[in-house]
Amino acid sequence: MTKTGEKLFIKGNEAISRGAIAAGLKCYFGYPITPQNDIPEYMSAALPAAGGEFVQAESEVAAANMLIGAAACGVRSMTSSSSPGISLKQEAISYLAGSELPTVIVNMNRGGPGLGDIGPSQGDYFQSVKGGGHGDYRTLVLAPGTCQEAYDLVIQAFDLAFKYRNPVMILGDAILGQMKEPVITWTPEEKDENEGHGWRIVGAKNRPGRILKSLHLSEGALAKHNLMLKNKYEDMASFTQKEEYQTEDADLIIVAYGSIGRIVKSTIKKLRNEGHKVGLFRPITLYPFPSDDLKKLAEQGKKFLTIEHNLGQMVEDVRLSIRTIADSEFFGFYPGNLPTPDDFEEPILKALGGK
Amino acid sequence: MSKYLDSIIAGFGGQGVMLIGNLLAYAGMNAGLNVTFIPVYGPEMRGGTANCTVVLSEEEIGSPIIRSPHSLIIMNRPSLDKFQPTLMDGGIQIVNSSLIDKELVETDRVKSYFVPTNDIADKIGNTRMANMVALGAFIKATGIMDISAVIDSLPNVISAHYSHLIPKNAEALQAGVDAVS
Repeated sequence: MTKTGEKLFIKGNEAISRGAIAAGLKCYFGYPITPQNDIPEYMSAALPAAGGEFVQAESEVAAANMLIGAAACGVRSMTSSSSPGISLKQEAISYLAGSELPTVIVNMNRGGPGLGDIGPSQGDYFQSVKGGGHGDYRTLVLAPGTCQEAYDLVIQAFDLAFKYRNPVMILGDAILGQMKEPVITWTPEEKDENEGHGWRIVGAKNRPGRILKSLHLSEGALAKHNLMLKNKYEDMASFTQKEEYQTEDADLIIVAYGSIGRIVKSTIKKLRNEGHKVGLFRPITLYPFPSDDLKKLAEQGKKFLTIEHNLGQMVEDVRLSIRTIADSEFFGFYPGNLPTPDDFEEPILKALGGK
Repeated sequence: MSKYLDSIIAGFGGQGVMLIGNLLAYAGMNAGLNVTFIPVYGPEMRGGTANCTVVLSEEEIGSPIIRSPHSLIIMNRPSLDKFQPTLMDGGIQIVNSSLIDKELVETDRVKSYFVPTNDIADKIGNTRMANMVALGAFIKATGIMDISAVIDSLPNVISAHYSHLIPKNAEALQAGVDAVS
């Protein structure tokens, strides 16, 4: 990796945009929605200047379908939106997964359901990690907590997308999108010019044509396809990332991701200073979920409290990870409010006390 | 104890609170601190107050959002009503006494500095630089960094087109420092 080493002070939305361009993004298709508008705004100027194509589509549906076309050509492509817009893209995401097309989809989660509000929320956890569209498929889901992590993960997202020929989702929220932090830029090594050479559509001169599709009607074909996908998803499961903070001697582990993960970290720092043995487990990959690492902590006899900015979604994966050994309590901070470290003190103390 | 300061900067939209929030964060970054800046946006921008939260820390920063800040810069009356009650006990606030009645300001529970930022900016010759006066006073009152770190960061937030205004902004920052004894 060649670090260009420029230290910038930028919003998470801009960090994602810059990371994508550094990763060799060639096609961006978007449609405006708060709180991710800084991404298409930045892309509209910077991507053409970097030799790529920026398209503001006529709708989210159109943008997502343009993604299918670009991905089929083996081109590094991306779209971004926020919750209601991501819902509109789900049909295409299912087709992308079914046709095994690599692309990156950014969701800066806002309040829901429906149009909700423009503030932060983690209400799209289920939609992101359990599929979202129809059919048996998975997308890799990466959940950055800082602007630097957003920059780094979006670069990684493109590599993962091509490695697995699968859509990769970056799941942030309005906090990550609007917050500014220092980001040190870097550019990955030159990517393989022949990326996707075995499957991409580039013209079939001197060889049989290729068909990228999600429709499998002949007898046994779909079952075979689904088995292959299952094997791929199992292979993806080896790729997990998480952050652990003061978990070693902790009696209670707080499980929280993204912005809530970092906000809870402040609460934990304060409670640590007061002598409470509490630690943080922050999943960075939401799918695949870092279940084995959680299980290891459960085997040490630790207690768990999952904190989310929703009514309780990731807690189901936490419970699945540690089942037969331990359980997790849950505290949900409702979308529509802005979370601060103070909001989590009481629930954590309560969970600590209930020993 | 390692260096840590969080601050909410609030005023009318147009008073330049986002600009000085950015400037404070840039100065912190240039001084080698970890920093976060987050604006409050949404319905609040269409009336009432505009505000942003800046966190400066030697250690890694957890939350960029703070309910009970260590410090405040209060540029107008609605901001005082909204944020003064949230200032932590013993916290520091810079209050724009050009626009805010001193009687409304707490002086026992917290440390309040009355700075007539608009009047000082007027004397310098540009009333729009009241925000810089307030930030200068804030830097002196909190002692978080040297004012030179802030002045040196002005080119980070003032575009090349307005670079001729940098010396005046530096003067306003210094006037704010001088207003706090």
